[in-house]
Amino acid sequence: MTKEELKTYLVQIFPSNKVDETFDFPLMFVDKSELLSVAQKLKDSPETQFDFLFCQTAVDRIPNLEVVYHLSSINFKHDMVLKVVLEDRETPEVPSVYSFWKAAELYEDEIFDMFGIRFSNHPNLRRIMLGDEWPGFPLRKDYKDDINIVSL
Amino acid sequence: MDVNKDFIPDFPGDIYKDDTGKTNFIVTSVDSIANWARSNSLWPLSFGTSCCAIELMSTVSAKYDWSRFGFEVMRASPRQCDLIIVAGTITYKMAPVLKRLYNQMPEPRYVIAMGACAISGGPFFYNSYSVVKGVDNIIPVDVYIPGCPPRPEALIHGMMTLQNKIKNSKAYVIENPKKEENE
Repeated sequence: MTKEELKTYLVQIFPSNKVDETFDFPLMFVDKSELLSVAQKLKDSPETQFDFLFCQTAVDRIPNLEVVYHLSSINFKHDMVLKVVLEDRETPEVPSVYSFWKAAELYEDEIFDMFGIRFSNHPNLRRIMLGDEWPGFPLRKDYKDDINIVSL
Repeated sequence: MDVNKDFIPDFPGDIYKDDTGKTNFIVTSVDSIANWARSNSLWPLSFGTSCCAIELMSTVSAKYDWSRFGFEVMRASPRQCDLIIVAGTITYKMAPVLKRLYNQMPEPRYVIAMGACAISGGPFFYNSYSVVKGVDNIIPVDVYIPGCPPRPEALIHGMMTLQNKIKNSKAYVIENPKKEENE
């Protein structure tokens, strides 16, 4: 499907979710309680077949945190973006999509390392790059490091 | 002075004459011969952490060929090296590894800091939570080579500067015995 077709398709299938578009891809906001069912539907439905998670990352938009999923279909060669907005900054938690896309394991490790977002049912959630003793989460906007980072 | 008198050297080299009537030895100092040997057979460790390592590889390979200047072989084990070229950014996670590699090298050992990252943390990464601000915070550095990354000519120049440094150093330093503190 083209970008416009995919956008109208998403509006039809998921009428309760807000559908937008980025520069490249159609974009859909999902509540974190619906994430697994929406991901299941997008992956298994024969019209979309989103079988490839080619990027998963997070964004700190103060005060919310966003988890971003970039999905792609090997067969149809179309892409889309899923976003989950988390309002809880202290203990943010999302269900892991590892059961649908195996690639999510290392992406989610990295997001946990950099943003402190926990993923429930993740097989091995760990601080993959910084190490267990690292204080804070460096990619959050409110991260403070008086020794290494010179802020104006 | 009698000009017809034969020249007789003070040093009785004649007793070392071989069958061809020549004396086959030279006289030098321990410093100069040892430094000459050391400086012309530096074995670098194959260690590169980012884009400076690409220039390092270019310097090793056929076009620039640092074997011409005596850096013949790169060794993958620090126990066989006497030179480590820090080519690239050193993060806090890499710093203990670099320190251990340096400690595993046999003495005398030399360090070249190649590029802006190894000198000061880099042109882009210095304001970061994860980057060491200069490799001289971890290990002592002999030669700094500026550039981002330095060209192979600059690297060769830096390594020949290191050779000059070695040639002008004392090969054998006999330290005076330290006094005990309790006296």
